[in-house]
Amino acid sequence: MKDVKPKGGLNAEIQSRIGHQLRAMYDDVVRQGVPDRFADMIRKLDGADAQAQLATENGKTEGGE
Amino acid sequence: MPLTDSLRDDILASVPSLRAFAISLSGNGDRADDLVQETLLRALANIDSFQVGSNLPAWLFTILRNLFRSDYRKRRREVEDADGSYAKTLKTQPAQNAHLEFEEFRTALEKLPQDQREALILVGASGFSYEDAATICGCAVGTIKSRVNRARSKLSALLYVDGAEDFGPDDTIRAVIGNSSN
Repeated sequence: MKDVKPKGGLNAEIQSRIGHQLRAMYDDVVRQGVPDRFADMIRKLDGADAQAQLATENGKTEGGE
Repeated sequence: MPLTDSLRDDILASVPSLRAFAISLSGNGDRADDLVQETLLRALANIDSFQVGSNLPAWLFTILRNLFRSDYRKRRREVEDADGSYAKTLKTQPAQNAHLEFEEFRTALEKLPQDQREALILVGASGFSYEDAATICGCAVGTIKSRVNRARSKLSALLYVDGAEDFGPDDTIRAVIGNSSN
């Protein structure tokens, strides 16, 4: 980091606080782990199942991509 | 590549951070889980197009990010969470002061332009390299760097600096990052 004297009190400490808060917010969710519905889906579905399910959903919501 | 057990495990292992990314983007837990569900379905449906040895989390994040973008275009961003649905997705409620600070932070994050918010989250929270973040967002590495820097600068101004008119944002960025030569 260059030895710049920032105006208005901006400094490395603030940046590190922002980084810390950002990760705290994010990690709160990460720590919740994998909800069962997703674990089941990933363990059970194969590619064709997933395609079929997507096709059904897109039928409901007018075409995806 | 084919959907092997180990690939399923790797996808599973990415789910917690996919959810965190989705919640950070959408600001809403229910919608975030819909996004994750759709992302996983698409990943499974298109697993043949996943290249062996490439970065699976980056591939999954790209799908989620593109879904969020197309969803956004359709619906516009409904700025929800007036009822604190984000906070409800958290298992442990932080203590009062910490909670206030957390809410302020989240509110400030919401005020960032979407491009900047996603760049900051990918680099600052998900832990992607600038290069991976650029791939995920479909833009140049330099663009990601400048978005992240602008995001940090704006958050600083929103959260920690009174009288933000003391400085121009561009000066601020230079002051904060110094000269990040690449």
